[in-house]
Amino acid sequence: MKNCEYQQIDPRALSVSPSSVQNHTEKKVQRLRRKWEVFPGKNRFFCDGRIILARQSGILPVTLGLIVVTCGLFFAFDCPFLVTHLTVFIPVIGGVLSLFVVTSLLRTSFTDPGILPRATPDEAADIEKQIDNSGSSTYRPPPRTKEILINQQVVKLKYCFTCKMFRPPRTSHCSLCDNCVERFDHHCPWVGNCVGKRNYRFFYSFIISLSFLTSFIFGCVVTHITLRSQDGKSLIQAIQESPASVVELVICFFSIWSILGLSGFHTYLVASNLTTNEDIKGSWSSKRCTEESGNPYSYNNIMTNCCVTLCGPMPPSLIDRRGFLPLVAASPATETELPPFPVKNDTNMCTKSTKDVLERLVRSLDSRGRCPPGAPKTTPVAVEISAAATPPAERSPPTGCSRQHAGRHTAAAPCPPFARGRERRDSFQSSNPAFRLASPSPSLSRTFILGEAPDVGFIPPP
Amino acid sequence: MAETHSLQDMRQQASVAAKVFIQRDYTNGTVCHFQTKFPSELESRQQSMAFWSNSTCFQFSREKINKQQFEETVRTLNNLYAEAEKLGSQSYIEGCLACLTAYIIFLCMETHYEKVLKKIAKYIQEQNEKIYAPQGLLLTDPIERGLRVIEVTIFEERSLTR
Repeated sequence: MKNCEYQQIDPRALSVSPSSVQNHTEKKVQRLRRKWEVFPGKNRFFCDGRIILARQSGILPVTLGLIVVTCGLFFAFDCPFLVTHLTVFIPVIGGVLSLFVVTSLLRTSFTDPGILPRATPDEAADIEKQIDNSGSSTYRPPPRTKEILINQQVVKLKYCFTCKMFRPPRTSHCSLCDNCVERFDHHCPWVGNCVGKRNYRFFYSFIISLSFLTSFIFGCVVTHITLRSQDGKSLIQAIQESPASVVELVICFFSIWSILGLSGFHTYLVASNLTTNEDIKGSWSSKRCTEESGNPYSYNNIMTNCCVTLCGPMPPSLIDRRGFLPLVAASPATETELPPFPVKNDTNMCTKSTKDVLERLVRSLDSRGRCPPGAPKTTPVAVEISAAATPPAERSPPTGCSRQHAGRHTAAAPCPPFARGRERRDSFQSSNPAFRLASPSPSLSRTFILGEAPDVGFIPPP
Repeated sequence: MAETHSLQDMRQQASVAAKVFIQRDYTNGTVCHFQTKFPSELESRQQSMAFWSNSTCFQFSREKINKQQFEETVRTLNNLYAEAEKLGSQSYIEGCLACLTAYIIFLCMETHYEKVLKKIAKYIQEQNEKIYAPQGLLLTDPIERGLRVIEVTIFEERSLTR
């Protein structure tokens, strides 16, 4: 047998396993990553997680461009004439409105609409347990629904297979962003983001201020051309003198219909505390519901509904984009530094362990006293990630060497045999009988998906 | 903080036996309100603790999980969340002011909701230290789970021979 030396491991220097997860852990070990970097939805993040956008935000530059170009032309070509002929307040009002429009648009686009983080594996398992009383099924089960009473009205909650949870009421899953969004209104391509609970008020102020702005510019341009043609010139001549005004007229004319219509529609929704999603589906329409039942979320008072939707408390973002990922992927977030272990020779070590597991090892081995006293504080841990059921023998030699370490360890001091085929929680132990560990959390074992692959490389004690 | 560090130590030293999830209660609408029913998994734990205390000698005495105390904790949390989402004059003033300043004010100041969330985090930490850690439980702040559940982690009992 190889004369392997027990060595202390510095987890920060681990770099042997060829799997991609190894690199992922390396990065985590070397630098604390933020949660937005591993966000599962189809979103893009800027400024280190401060700004969130949908992945498909193609029309946002067009929207922004149209607004900026129209306002620019207005200030450059129409305002000088109108200031001299009318009043100086015209560019002031125009400026304030433009600022409002652009700010609201950017706030709508860059704010988290109310994305619900996906369920943790423990939660998902708990929900599954409650739903499936029978054993596992090989096919996808029919859509699961849960009926609850909200204000004495029956509401069906649907199960989201992507996010692995029952969606709260008024929540919907956006297929473009691949997220469940609270109080989902619609996915707006012009804004490049979903419109939901957290950014609905920004969206509403955007369309209202845009309606005012387009109407204002339209009115001013018409006034401008009228005033010019009144000075004894024809309309054609007036247009020739200020061609930019025609561009603005065209843009405003076509925008006004849609923007004013949209504003009116959303004003109706706000007054009745509905979302576009609910209105389109007709969830609370009078055809479906009786006189008594209706929208269970409405306060039956227009003013209250408006205040609640637009001036209610601002809910926080639930996805914590800028939080740091825990060093152990599944345990509660800890930002403590790794304890500095002196590294003697780490090239032969193959391990995927994290600080938690190592410390537990330390304590369990020290306390149980089953291993030779010469063993250092941290013993090599051979943990293999098998995303597929790849037999360990196919892995790189360092893995095999560390397995021999495990074998040596077992040879040195008989450790109690381990029953294979235990539940997922104990799978970590079943591949490393040399190390008697307390059962790690199920979420921890998720990181080390060991499966039931046989330990081909394991050397039994002589 | 020293108290936080000891809790994290406990998490690292102990092992998780089970996790219980307290779900949201939507009977009053979409306000954040958790079910106050005492979970059955915690009830069954009381029996196993009795068994252990008979046959094994612990270095410290374990308290039984107090049903009243647990429900009181959840009720207090519900009240705090209700305070955060309350539709009162304060929230309206905050909303109108924000609207008038084109919502730029949200970038500068902390909202009422965020202030209450901090209060909630402090409350949960206090409860964990005083009541639940001695019983081998740990409550996770619901904000870390997207305000969907209150996660109660039950730690495995281990005889401390270290």
